[in-house]
Amino acid sequence: MNEFAHLFIQSPVFGIAISLLTFYAGTLIYKKVNSPLLNPLVLSMLAIIFLLLGFHISFEDYNRGGQFISFFLGPATVILAVPLYKKISLLKENSIPILAGISIGSAAGISSIIIMCRFFGLDELVSISMVPKSVTTPIGIEISGQLGGMPSITVAAIVFTGIAGVLLGPMVCELFKIDDKVALGVAIGTSSHALGTTKAVELGETEGAMSGLAIGIAGLVTVFLAPILVKLLM
Amino acid sequence: MKYIVQFLIILAICFTGEIIHTYFNLPVPGNILGMLLLLLLLMTGVIQLSMIEEVSNFMLRHLSFFFIPAAVGLITCFTILEGKWTVLMFISVVSTFIIAVVTGATVQLLIRRRHPGE
Repeated sequence: MNEFAHLFIQSPVFGIAISLLTFYAGTLIYKKVNSPLLNPLVLSMLAIIFLLLGFHISFEDYNRGGQFISFFLGPATVILAVPLYKKISLLKENSIPILAGISIGSAAGISSIIIMCRFFGLDELVSISMVPKSVTTPIGIEISGQLGGMPSITVAAIVFTGIAGVLLGPMVCELFKIDDKVALGVAIGTSSHALGTTKAVELGETEGAMSGLAIGIAGLVTVFLAPILVKLLM
Repeated sequence: MKYIVQFLIILAICFTGEIIHTYFNLPVPGNILGMLLLLLLLMTGVIQLSMIEEVSNFMLRHLSFFFIPAAVGLITCFTILEGKWTVLMFISVVSTFIIAVVTGATVQLLIRRRHPGE
């Protein structure tokens, strides 16, 4: 039995199988409770981390299979062009306000992250990993790697940002009297990517569509803004 | 057959992005260049949505599955992050609010300036 377990853990099947299994279970739970805190990625991640720690299995053993899943991050980034293409006609009417809003908002966000990281005395590696924390995960992973950060820290911060955006985003906007539907949607999509967009869709059709549009544009804007602001402020 | 061709097209764009990144030594990641390239090809009509739609939809529907190994990689960062969790959460939440408010306020201000009285 022990030998069987050993063989299983040494095989790439292990990493792929537990990823599929925990993600499947996570999806079932998410559908039941429907809370952003318990989304499939968070549940799957926690389950696998506990499993690895509990049975003293190394990340390398897990990643022997995991790397095959990570390979698909490339194609997954490329196809983000599809939802952006489908929504880009929404830009026609308010292109300048939307593009200006996303650029200024993202720049303010990145600057605030760098300044807060310096204020709290975080080291450069962690600070850089935090910079792309508001964009959609595949783009965030790319930016983090490009800047020399740790993509795993970025993913954790991105997920946390999404949860914060769902729970508190609309409330903060209300507090600051942002009630225009286009402005509200763009604000949610720019600040808390796809997770926030699930909330924007609940608010209304315009809000949801604008939030979806903002995900792709904010990602692309951040690709160009992040290295400049890191150089200037860090 | 259809899915195989669709996936091949996506992979080809992915690889072209990598090539552009390496060849021109651009500071933009290859996969992002691939995304921009695909957007350009779709907008110019060189690639029809139908040529990649099924595989794209499949991947987009299960997108977060592909992030699992990267998320689990957090396990290798536990030592670096020790004692910093609260600060990181604080920064994540505050910066999210800043982005939402600045973005929303800018968009709203510019839209209302264009359509006064609305």
